[in-house]
Amino acid sequence: MVIDLRKCTGCNACTIACIAENHLPAGVVYRPVMEEELGTYPNVSMRSTPRPCMQCETAPCVPVCPVHATWIRPDGIVDMDYDQCIGCRYCMTACPYHARTFDFGYNYTTGTPEPNQPYERVPNFEYGKRWEQRRGRSPTGNVRKCHFCSHKLDAGMLPSCVTSCIGYATYFGDANDPDSLVAELISRGNKIRLKEEMGTRPRVYYLI
Amino acid sequence: MASLSENPSPSAAALLREVAPAKLDRPVLVENDRSFSWITNKICGIIEERTPLWWWVAFCVSGFVASFCLIGLTYLVATGTGVWGLNNPANWGWAIVNFVFWIGIGHAGTLISAILCLLRQKWRTSINRAAEAMTIFAVVCAGIFPLFHVGRVWFAWWLFPIPNSNAIWPNFKSALLWDVFAVSTYGTVSALFWYVGLIPDLATVRDRAKTKLRQVCYGIFALGWRGSNRHWRNYEMAYLLLAGLSTPLVLSVHTIVSFDFAVSLIPGWHTTIFPPYFVAGAIFSGFGMVLTLMLPLRAIYRLEDLITQYHIDCMCKICLATGSMVGYAYAMEFFIAWYGANPFESFAFVNRAFGPFAWAYWIMIACNVICPQFFWFKACRRNLVLVFILSILINVGMWFERFVIAVTSLSRDFMPTSWGYYSPTVVDIFTYVGTFGVFAVLFLLFLRFLPLMAMAEIKAVTPRADPHHHGH
Repeated sequence: MVIDLRKCTGCNACTIACIAENHLPAGVVYRPVMEEELGTYPNVSMRSTPRPCMQCETAPCVPVCPVHATWIRPDGIVDMDYDQCIGCRYCMTACPYHARTFDFGYNYTTGTPEPNQPYERVPNFEYGKRWEQRRGRSPTGNVRKCHFCSHKLDAGMLPSCVTSCIGYATYFGDANDPDSLVAELISRGNKIRLKEEMGTRPRVYYLI
Repeated sequence: MASLSENPSPSAAALLREVAPAKLDRPVLVENDRSFSWITNKICGIIEERTPLWWWVAFCVSGFVASFCLIGLTYLVATGTGVWGLNNPANWGWAIVNFVFWIGIGHAGTLISAILCLLRQKWRTSINRAAEAMTIFAVVCAGIFPLFHVGRVWFAWWLFPIPNSNAIWPNFKSALLWDVFAVSTYGTVSALFWYVGLIPDLATVRDRAKTKLRQVCYGIFALGWRGSNRHWRNYEMAYLLLAGLSTPLVLSVHTIVSFDFAVSLIPGWHTTIFPPYFVAGAIFSGFGMVLTLMLPLRAIYRLEDLITQYHIDCMCKICLATGSMVGYAYAMEFFIAWYGANPFESFAFVNRAFGPFAWAYWIMIACNVICPQFFWFKACRRNLVLVFILSILINVGMWFERFVIAVTSLSRDFMPTSWGYYSPTVVDIFTYVGTFGVFAVLFLLFLRFLPLMAMAEIKAVTPRADPHHHGH
């Protein structure tokens, strides 16, 4: 994935599209947009940085899982099995990007006059399976993360964050294919990756 | 000097006569020249006498407090881990803090029973039984937290290498799994060591039993001990082997607990100083807890002849040594953060001392670095009220140490956009306080039904048991 920060307007459409696609409950977010203020007054500007899972080549979250609930797919996506995850949250402490969040089972309507609305119990279809949103059932009590909408990729579609971007700031493709657009974009000099010094070899590139 | 004393030349002999070297008296470990029967009567009397009123009061109060833990955990399982104060940056909270705290407490017991045994530190005999009991009960309390900390506790058994239909096999690369094995091995070996040490004393209680029930119950656990030469020889060998097995465990358990943090990339955790620092801290807090428990028991059961001032001095000195090591580690963390020139690491430590959790950091420094310094002074070591207060403060400080490590680093790591704050909920507090009730219930049952001290071992270190007694 390549994200052109020069085109990102910080509209959060990708965040919302992701929440809608994966029916994320309160407190769980896969792709927040980080807002950053650069420079000093009066010469200031804003930079918005969407932060999906970096799908690291040497993902630090994978070897720490005590029950093998997370692994790297052949196509490079860091996958996980909700049924296998016991919810120890060790992968969360291992990830330097905060790309993993824990599903505490919170509802958006908790504390309101009419809590637990039916729409909050609508199942999601991550990883190509049907997941009921009920207490005691996966993925409640699990760690959750961005998976580049792998269920859509497997059906030949693009991730929701890519299709929803109003500024066409997010590109998606096979970086190993020299003829692909992402391969061309990451061959440029203005690309960066987050926290490369950690040795995680992220697969998400930013153009600045 | 050995050659001088064995075959002194005339001039050396004259010199020795002239300087008259001071006699190095060994400290008396059982005062007032108490006899073997006095020791047996004293220790067995504790469990043979009618249950005192204070015990019932303490047991009821502890049982009530322990119910907090049960209620807290039931509510947690029924509702989800969201009832704790966890949030998405600080996803490890009190559960992990309390786990490390309780595991640390246990270390003194194993150190006393294993390492001090191998080093032939005879003063351990008066305190080893209670300290080992403390270890086992602390491990019980510690085990509760990581178990219930997971989001789906009913699947926690997947952490064990049990073949199952889901084809789930644990990942041996994960530090969390090392923990499972370290803690379960530690608990097993500690319980075994404790039990082996109890066998001769259980036989004594069996032989003194006045009711059939007591005879049968203690008799079963005494494993037919008759005190024959063969029994003693096997016993001593088993005890020595278990001491040898337990010795690496003293170091390994907290080392592995520290790996939970140290193998992570989080600033403030990713440091090589953690294993020795954690082990020193564990022994420090463990001895603090031994003092907290033994000083009141000494007063209640009038055990001054068996737990002498010398014993208390030794424990205070160990607290001083390990507390100073911990203080050194705090200073060294800051130095390395500065010297390493990693801005994230530097920030993590500055944030600990001056960030939103500074109050916890300075409580930790006051309790762990300043408090033990009082033990430099003999007058302080002899003031038992002060020693008791300091021992409690040491444990307060050590709890805060784990809190500072776990929470400050998680709530302020690489991504400022994800920063947060951690506050415990009522459920957190209830569950933690409840584990003190669980610990107290178990310890009170131990006091009531098992010999508080290793009678057989104490008898061997009395002045009467010394063949050189009376100048022979």
